[in-house]
Amino acid sequence: MGLFRMPSLGADMEAGTLVEWLKKAGDKVASGDTIAVVETQKGAIEIETFEAGVIERLMTEVGQTVPVGTPLAMIRVQGEKALPEPQLAPARAVPAPAAPSAPAPVRPVAVTRLAAGEIKASPAARKFAAEHGLDLAGIDGTGPEGAVLFVDVEAALRRGAPAAGAAAAAEPKKPSGLEGMRAAIAAAMARSKREIPHYYLGHAADITASLEWLAARNADRPPADRLLYGALLLKAVATALGQFPEFNGFYRDGRFEPSKSIHVGMAVALRGGGLVAPAIHDTDRLPLDRLMGQMRDLANRVRAGRFRSSEMADPTVTLTSLGERGADWVMPVIYPPQVAILGAGTPTAEPWVVEGRVVARQVCHLTLGADHRVSDGHRGALLLRAIADLLRSPEQL
Amino acid sequence: MNRDEVKAALLQEIGNIAPEADLSKLDPAADFREELDIDSIGFLNLVIALAERLKVPIPEKDYGRLRTVDSAIGYLAAEGQRT
Repeated sequence: MGLFRMPSLGADMEAGTLVEWLKKAGDKVASGDTIAVVETQKGAIEIETFEAGVIERLMTEVGQTVPVGTPLAMIRVQGEKALPEPQLAPARAVPAPAAPSAPAPVRPVAVTRLAAGEIKASPAARKFAAEHGLDLAGIDGTGPEGAVLFVDVEAALRRGAPAAGAAAAAEPKKPSGLEGMRAAIAAAMARSKREIPHYYLGHAADITASLEWLAARNADRPPADRLLYGALLLKAVATALGQFPEFNGFYRDGRFEPSKSIHVGMAVALRGGGLVAPAIHDTDRLPLDRLMGQMRDLANRVRAGRFRSSEMADPTVTLTSLGERGADWVMPVIYPPQVAILGAGTPTAEPWVVEGRVVARQVCHLTLGADHRVSDGHRGALLLRAIADLLRSPEQL
Repeated sequence: MNRDEVKAALLQEIGNIAPEADLSKLDPAADFREELDIDSIGFLNLVIALAERLKVPIPEKDYGRLRTVDSAIGYLAAEGQRT
């Protein structure tokens, strides 16, 4: 019998709210199936199971906020008999913080309106509001960009319900999604700066060959099949890391655990503020076309506030790329418990010396922030040079 | 497709990439990627959507002509006539 628990989706997560069951008791599940949607400070995340079998029992109700590790469901592994009696206490809800004295009013929120007059809301919130005949326009959204979340609908219902007593009506206002995300980033970065002895390195890479190769490759392809420089960069980083295992893995309980797989976390800035860095699984083994497809899919889902638990939980290293309109370089901060983060500045034309002559080349400044408990600068420098070498010969990628 | 129809399609697709933006305040002569903070993936999504909707191939070498709303309308309307 396996327990499906509230996962930790990052070092900073303490609890999550179950907003939707995608399976019910009696349903068959395979490893990798998404079975529930959980709302966290990072948005709605689809949670996958890594156990195959039949769902014996759901143990947490939709709407409950429970600590990380709380059993959400019991999964009967193939071959096991059905249990006659529940053996575990039901999930405990996290106690609500002290209520303020006055009930928060339900106000219309203009900023959540889309161009088409539609309100931003998570699918679960939309469904829940519709079931209770609530207008999303009258609900304060606390999600990314003011999106209405399940918990917001729930709070509005409690406030608006005529039968609810004064105590129930006095639901405290939760921090907004952006404040929540800011707090999550602050917690992770403060821990990183407190615990990880960082060192930083930079190396300028001549990426002219990469950009020319991309232009030639994309010239006769429809837009949907075109590659971005970001995909080449991601592949170069992942490929180079294969030779440098001390930069790929986790530092936990006082020791380094290298990871066999290379899951590069791609830092994605959210419109309206905040960022997340979900993983692209087995980045080093994906052909460029598929890598590009996954990058686009992930960026789009992240901005829609919907990604999967495994993507959040298991990046083994992170790449922060400043894109086409960013700064020249970045000194990146490691996301614990990872041990390294690569940075890539905005590519620009710069004077460059080739065979004693100054010529204009397209240059990308690569940087590395790494954990001195695990690696030293010499190896870090070799890693950056290996990435730059790959970008000089993009046909290898 | 005439210019007004191209404009409506363009603004609607830009709105899909930058849903929080007030497009009525967008200067048609300004670089809209700068104004609306659209990154390379967002811009690629826009090109994919416009190419499909307007049946214009939009090769990469023409991306510069999609810099402002005005230049994009001119380019897309002209290219739409050719195909």
